Amino acid sequence: MARSPVVSRPFSRRQILKGGAALGLGSAAAMGMSPAWANPWGRTNVYSKGVEEGPEVALAIRRESIPIDGKEARPFSINGSSPGPLIRLKEGQDAVLRVTNLLDEPTSIHWHGLILPSGMDGVPGVSFAGIEPGETFTYRFPVRQNGTYWYHSHSGLQEQVGHVGPLIVDAAEREPFRYDREHVLLLTDWTFENPASVFRNLKTMEGYYNFQERTMADFFADVRREGFSDTVEMRRMWSKMRMSSRDIADVTGSTYTYLLNGRAPEENWTALFKAGERVRLRVINGSAMSYFDVRIPGLKMTVVAADGQPVQPVPVDEFRIGVAETYDVLVSPEDDQAYTIFAESMDRSGYARATLAPRDGMQAEIPKRRQIADRGMEGMAAGAMVGMKGMDHSGMSRDDMEGMDHSNMSGGDMEGMDHGSGDGMAKEKAKTRENGMLVAGEAQPGSRYGEAGIGIDPDERRMLVYRDLKAFTPWPDRRGPGRELELHLTGNMERYMWSFDGKKFSEVSGPIHFEKDERLRLILINDTMMEHPIHLHGMWMELENGQGELIPRKHTLNVKPGERVSALITADAEGSWAFHCHLLYHMEAGMFRVVQVS
Amino acid sequence: MKIKLYLVGVSAAFIFASLAKADDGYDAPDGWPSPIVEHNQGTAQFDRLEYSIPENGKDAMVWDFQGWYGSDVNRMYVKSEGENIQGDGEDAEFESLELLYSRLIADFWELQGGVGYQGGVFSDDHEERTYGVVGLQGVMPYEIETDVALQVSDEGDVSASFEGEYDFRLTQRLYVQPRTEIAMAANEVEEFGVGEGLNSVRVGMRLGYEVTRRVAPYVGAYWEKEYGDTADLSREGGESTEDTGVVAGVRLIL
Repeated sequence: MARSPVVSRPFSRRQILKGGAALGLGSAAAMGMSPAWANPWGRTNVYSKGVEEGPEVALAIRRESIPIDGKEARPFSINGSSPGPLIRLKEGQDAVLRVTNLLDEPTSIHWHGLILPSGMDGVPGVSFAGIEPGETFTYRFPVRQNGTYWYHSHSGLQEQVGHVGPLIVDAAEREPFRYDREHVLLLTDWTFENPASVFRNLKTMEGYYNFQERTMADFFADVRREGFSDTVEMRRMWSKMRMSSRDIADVTGSTYTYLLNGRAPEENWTALFKAGERVRLRVINGSAMSYFDVRIPGLKMTVVAADGQPVQPVPVDEFRIGVAETYDVLVSPEDDQAYTIFAESMDRSGYARATLAPRDGMQAEIPKRRQIADRGMEGMAAGAMVGMKGMDHSGMSRDDMEGMDHSNMSGGDMEGMDHGSGDGMAKEKAKTRENGMLVAGEAQPGSRYGEAGIGIDPDERRMLVYRDLKAFTPWPDRRGPGRELELHLTGNMERYMWSFDGKKFSEVSGPIHFEKDERLRLILINDTMMEHPIHLHGMWMELENGQGELIPRKHTLNVKPGERVSALITADAEGSWAFHCHLLYHMEAGMFRVVQVS
Repeated sequence: MKIKLYLVGVSAAFIFASLAKADDGYDAPDGWPSPIVEHNQGTAQFDRLEYSIPENGKDAMVWDFQGWYGSDVNRMYVKSEGENIQGDGEDAEFESLELLYSRLIADFWELQGGVGYQGGVFSDDHEERTYGVVGLQGVMPYEIETDVALQVSDEGDVSASFEGEYDFRLTQRLYVQPRTEIAMAANEVEEFGVGEGLNSVRVGMRLGYEVTRRVAPYVGAYWEKEYGDTADLSREGGESTEDTGVVAGVRLIL
């Protein structure tokens, strides 16, 4: 669209100041501090530096030296900081976002979760050509929603190198909850390796980053707990499938430093509050590959929004946040003390941490990390499914399946198995309509919305699950689905090939077609043993978690191994849209499709 | 020497023909890049690079190398095994130097075919021959890494080989790796000391420590025995038909 060479574009005064800062003239970011929007005092004492207020915003993308965790690093920066500045828009505005590429390679920005015209979505090759070095691209779109979102590069692996930032849209009308102060908590995973090397390692050596594999010691521990024959039987089955039950994360804390607002755990980013205040935490998972379990020991959190959209309040002790998801939670610290904000990676190989405190320089105890869990039956079932689909996985025979049902696995790290059978089938006695399709809002058989997922002991503390999410009010389109579209999430772990329906992006011949204005049901079936956060651009996915008319809407859906998840979609957004797994290296490996609405 | 040059030439031709560019089924509008671009990958590794001290024979430097380049489905492999017997005044010898085209035919299996060379590395100290090879490389159930191959030499001699190895993890970095090699032949080839039928079985065990994923020093031991006509040929040559030895080396991934 509006495209102009960089020289002819007048920089704003603020922009020039930012540029100076980026050149090392003493900005906070250049000195290795956290991004300026991560202001310890949050919203009530906000100072404008590092917060770009809409409707007109200018952003400059560079590659520069900014220390991370005290070590030399060269992340992508946006207006001199990495992660980038907080972009703050207001519902009803016409946003004008000018993005200037000061790199020596093409770049882009995708506004994750925003509903906007296809040409403004920022995916090179799908919505536009990308932004060439030296060019400025002007994004213009009306802002018709509010909530907590984020933005990131959609070019290659740039997102892994800090090309991300938070985006908040303030509501035009009063939101259904109140608070005294707010903080943005942006989670990212940083590696000092070149992301192309990370990808190559994943492609050429299975388990390259996994230093939590099962060993001899685990074997003896399992024998003590489960008995010899069951332990051997479990090992035998995993081994036969040529898979690892410890394959929870492809890229782990062995290379990642988990950051919260750009700060490493030891750097202890601090969010301030005054005792008695109600604080809104806008938690964004801007990681390339990492799921986190977030909790604040000593504080109950009330979830009030998911993926930017308001939900009926759910009080929880902990929540799992998939890659690209956002959750807004309210906390009310009554005491004049410090609290640790603890975000543990799903594979337990590391954590991000910050402190919520009444004064700077305080800290609270850091919880111990949990043990890595072993994948249970649902992961195996997924493996078997792949086999049955004729992908020559040579999955499991019927005998193995029965063997699994009969062997009495119990307790501890096998908890996934106990759930697998009971929860999935029994609870979801689904109502069908005459045409054989489920009634809108009903949970699919095979969904596990009642489970948070691998490595969680539901009895330990109250954990948010997808079933808890209830829209604040019904969404406008109340039609049932006119048709169903089924997509399998597929992969070859050994080769690190990831795909939909067994086909990588390079192997498909055309886009997925949505009829303009149709209402359809998208069914996602995970045939792999990894979680996949599936993101649809341009349109909401209303997650059919059994809440009937009050199903929540999301931009990113976490699909657990072996799970079957469905969402209703109103195909009202004309044009081409990206649809992909938001694990960066899964997308890069081919788990990507184009959806065309026409 | 000519043979080796020829192999390099064929290799280059193969690579340009089959791997020039990964395909892409998406038609982006003119001037737009493809949203997801697939790149070829490659790796090279010495699975074994070791000093071997046998009970009966002479010490030797032994290598087992494998490298590939290509896409998820189509790849070119270079594989080589060989040794340099210490103090025999002779050049190192390629037991095999192979150039293979490889195609993924199932999740865990690649079908491979190409040409191979056996003989001296730098000189004509050793008998030379070339052969065609067809093989299957992959991971069997129970995570046994497998390489089976059938070779037909330029003289029409047919032989087959099987290699299997398994990594057993003691800790996150310490592993035990049993491995076995079996060689068979359909024809007797005296120059290469190959008899008809089962030629030899070699069983080894290595204990390695991954300093990094790419560098793992190890120590190990092996036992090997020749059978049938092959053993007879060795006896005629005054060599032993059964041997054990110890090795020390490093697994290197480049």
